Amino acid sequence: MNLLGPFCQTLQDGSFVRLACEIAPRLLQGTATTFQLTVFAMVLGLGVGLLLALGRIYGNKPIYGLSTAYVQFVRGTPVLVQLFLIYYGLPAFEIRLDPFLAAIIGLGLNSAAYQAEYFRGAIQAIGRGQMLAARAVGMTNLQAIGYVILPQALRIVIPPWSNELIYTLKYSSVAYIITTPELMYTGQIIASSPRGPGAFRYFEVFLIVAVIYLVCVLVISKLLDLVEQRVKIPGLEMR
Amino acid sequence: MSSEYKVSSEASFVVRVADLHKRYGSEEVLKGVSFAVRQGEALAIIGPSGTGKSTLLRCINRLTEPDRGRIWLENTEITNAKTDINKIRQQIGFVFQDFNLFAHLTALDNVRLGLTKVKKLSLKEATERAMIELRRVGLAEQAQKYPAQLSGGQQQRVSIARALAMDPKLMLFDEPTSALDPELIGEVLHVMQDLADEGMTMIVVTHEMGFARSVCDEVIFMEKGVIVEQGPPEQIFTQPKQPRTQQFLSKISELYGRTSS
Repeated sequence: MNLLGPFCQTLQDGSFVRLACEIAPRLLQGTATTFQLTVFAMVLGLGVGLLLALGRIYGNKPIYGLSTAYVQFVRGTPVLVQLFLIYYGLPAFEIRLDPFLAAIIGLGLNSAAYQAEYFRGAIQAIGRGQMLAARAVGMTNLQAIGYVILPQALRIVIPPWSNELIYTLKYSSVAYIITTPELMYTGQIIASSPRGPGAFRYFEVFLIVAVIYLVCVLVISKLLDLVEQRVKIPGLEMR
Repeated sequence: MSSEYKVSSEASFVVRVADLHKRYGSEEVLKGVSFAVRQGEALAIIGPSGTGKSTLLRCINRLTEPDRGRIWLENTEITNAKTDINKIRQQIGFVFQDFNLFAHLTALDNVRLGLTKVKKLSLKEATERAMIELRRVGLAEQAQKYPAQLSGGQQQRVSIARALAMDPKLMLFDEPTSALDPELIGEVLHVMQDLADEGMTMIVVTHEMGFARSVCDEVIFMEKGVIVEQGPPEQIFTQPKQPRTQQFLSKISELYGRTSS
């Protein structure tokens, strides 16, 4: 209790609440950026991940090889290294991205590798007979994938995909290192600016930041539960 | 159209199979199978498990690619590389042993999907056609149910409706009742019998000897990748010429009782 003494004091004298109110607008702005970052990265990851999964399942040798190599490389290297390659490395090729865009691309391409594996698992969980039946009525391979395989796979994939979304939301905090003005970065600036209201009050500032992340994650989990219920079909649960 | 094939074509045959071969690794599953099915004929293919009956059926719509041999649907050579196989498959209904209904679609949508996406019918036309087929198999009431909410027999009847909706020239049945509980077999065989009576051309791989005998016009007994014997059911079931056919049929009747229905 002694260790927490100073913190308890701030709770009692109301200075914690005052601090929270004072820095809330900036933190919420950072939260908005975090949300945008997460959404764009997830959408990019979804598109690329789906293509990678299809490439690994239905692709010919070169396509299979390339998709597999991509997944292995991305999953085998730290996301921070990947962000540095994009933000600090690409200018060597005259490609200069602003931090926000670099973070979207970095996190999105990173998430793509993981999403690819979730999609692959979901697609492969669908019996081979579904594809045969689709082809037997005269559908092309692409029609079969689009009308029969993916509608089922995308439903099955919702639980693991929710995990990936939550993970990406939290992991987007590493984008602060390449100065993307998201929630973590904003907290860091507030706590380290000597003249601001949160100057050096790391514990309180990051406690607030943590709570904001937590609320975001809980809201997203709830939303995805609702989506899952909404698109649920009898007999098509994760087995 | 090549002249060679005009010579070989006979208008009354819906499907012709010539010298079909298929090998999986070192095992030759089909060792030169030839037969033809006339318009309106129901052909039963019987024989022990693992003798290539299902492979043969799948080669006919090229769900399995044959290694060698030729197949024609009326005057189109299915095995010709230039043939658009998707166009061919629209004209050949295929019924699987384990139904393979699209798990995410209602019975109605299962029947409708091929109509809207492959035949490009409007939703209204497709719905009308699909309901006609569902009524035909006695399942109009179940149109809004998902496969998991239907019994095995009902699922198989939906899958027959799905195939019929495409207006096929030929129906292929791959052991359509083998995955069913005994009390559900009758409803599926009943639908198939109606189809045969209406003059649908069909090939049925089956272990239902009663059905083969009473409904089909022709029976092929297959073993180890070759046709051992072929003839009208009366001949195959009462006076088989080949000792292997006799052995097989007597074993079957030991297991299931008499083969007549």
